[in-house]
Amino acid sequence: MILETRGIGKTFGSVLALRDVSMGVAAGQVVCVLGDNGAGKSTLIKILAGVHQHDAGALLVDGAEVRFSSPRDALDRGIATVYQDLAMIPLMSVWRNFFLGSEPTKGLAFDVAKARRVAREELRAMGIDIRDVDQPVGTLSGGERQSVAIARAVHFGARVLILDEPTSALGVKQAGVVLRYIARARDRGLGVVFITHNPHHAYPVGDRFLLLNRGTSMGEYAKADITPQALTALMAGGAELEELAHELKRQ
Amino acid sequence: MTVAADERVAHVGLARRLLIRPELGAVVGMVVVFAFFAAQSPVFRSPDGIANWLDPAATLGIMAVAVALLMIGGEFDLSAGVLTGTSGLILVTLATRFGFNVWLAMLVGLVVALAVGLANGLVVTRTKLPSFIVTLGTFLMLQGVNLGVTKAITGTVQVSGLRRASGFEGANTILAGTIQVGGTSFRVAILWWVLVTAVATWVLMRSKAGNWIFAVGGNEQAARAVGVPAARTKIALFMTTAFAAWLVGSILALRYTSVQANIGIGQEFIYIIAAVIGGCLLTGGYGSAIGAAIGAVIFGMADKGIVFLGWDADWFTFFLGGMLLLATLANRLVRRYAEEVRH
Repeated sequence: MILETRGIGKTFGSVLALRDVSMGVAAGQVVCVLGDNGAGKSTLIKILAGVHQHDAGALLVDGAEVRFSSPRDALDRGIATVYQDLAMIPLMSVWRNFFLGSEPTKGLAFDVAKARRVAREELRAMGIDIRDVDQPVGTLSGGERQSVAIARAVHFGARVLILDEPTSALGVKQAGVVLRYIARARDRGLGVVFITHNPHHAYPVGDRFLLLNRGTSMGEYAKADITPQALTALMAGGAELEELAHELKRQ
Repeated sequence: MTVAADERVAHVGLARRLLIRPELGAVVGMVVVFAFFAAQSPVFRSPDGIANWLDPAATLGIMAVAVALLMIGGEFDLSAGVLTGTSGLILVTLATRFGFNVWLAMLVGLVVALAVGLANGLVVTRTKLPSFIVTLGTFLMLQGVNLGVTKAITGTVQVSGLRRASGFEGANTILAGTIQVGGTSFRVAILWWVLVTAVATWVLMRSKAGNWIFAVGGNEQAARAVGVPAARTKIALFMTTAFAAWLVGSILALRYTSVQANIGIGQEFIYIIAAVIGGCLLTGGYGSAIGAAIGAVIFGMADKGIVFLGWDADWFTFFLGGMLLLATLANRLVRRYAEEVRH
């Protein structure tokens, strides 16, 4: 396991946001974290990403217990996070975004020529078809933006990639594009933590599935142990769905 | 596939790259305004005339460039205008009433100005309050201090007599002197303005800090998430603006050898106007230092051009307002174009 949590928990004031969640991700593995709104997905990834600090349980990197002081700290240990909505800065060019926060330098200067060249090469290596690295990221489609963010994390030596709902705002085709890059990152030996509330996106690419509900774990399943139907049912809270169906039935 | 993709670059990329330069509108505006005044006034286009309208452009331009960096970083500084007064007042008061050497008095002014910038930056980044409100507070406080302290020390609303202070000649030559170019004397402030613009442009386009400035103005949370020190970047920008205010305040104090306690009030908006004409977005994340410098040139040309044409100077603000509206409209089109999502 590169990244692992053991009985991890977090409270905000009197709100128990996350309680006793254990999970782990190994190299070349995709772990999907599934849950409805308010299930604790965001809290969990923010702990993994170094945005929040856990106040119960343990967080381990390569088997050693750690406590991230900042997102930068997590990044330095090879844990990179791509957020759903704030992955990119729309008015900045692709290459400026690509190297934001980790700019290559030449003496005192930002090595602009190198940034352009490397961004172009890395995107091509991931099979991403960007017309022009000088174009503002705002002119890219949602799927392309996520893909650029993934390529960026891979380039900066991420060992674990945490993806926060990368497909939720996308159409079917665009989501497929992003799922393909997730698979490609996995094939390059990265561990991927893929957060989503869509089991149809999770199932094809995932190796293991962690289900969250109301801040706590409802179990972790290997792909062989669960069907897509069972996953969907568990995620939505199967009993609740049946109840709803009953309630909505024509009298 | 790849070949086809590259062909699209050649066509779309070049046109887009030219069109989305933030200073494009300002360059067009500058050419139009120059042609307008130069066609009607021979003095305006003479070397003496150029030296004349480059002078207000220079002192405004130094501030506009610093304010543009701050605006690209997503913040405003309404205290910048009054701070030029504060810096000048400190210089003249210490040098004439307390026997300070001019250089030492300037150093004290610099320390105070940077402290004000630091305070602005710290309050804005710590409290997350809009900088518009925070610096409005600083503006009013400084306005009060400028008047109150000046009155308490001199009994009037101005301090004067800097010419007699020790070290005046040297400081005056470097900051407020003139240089001869082909028989025309240009203010040395123009050189400072060019230097400030060049440094700011380099920082913005060719340094890590420049990338961070665009990022914190474009989307602060996203910038922070990838490890950009957002608070430090913003504080540095407030201090840069304060530094520019000190430079301009010192230049003006050395030039006129006296400072009015109410100087600089209202200038803060002129700086913002010049930056916006130069292509800065009010919402941050986009703009250029050269654009702001060109915005200042347009201001200088209109300011003096109206006088050269013998028009009533009252029409100046009408003109300025028109330029501002046109520039904002042009900027909005550019931004739409840059941000339009390809489906």
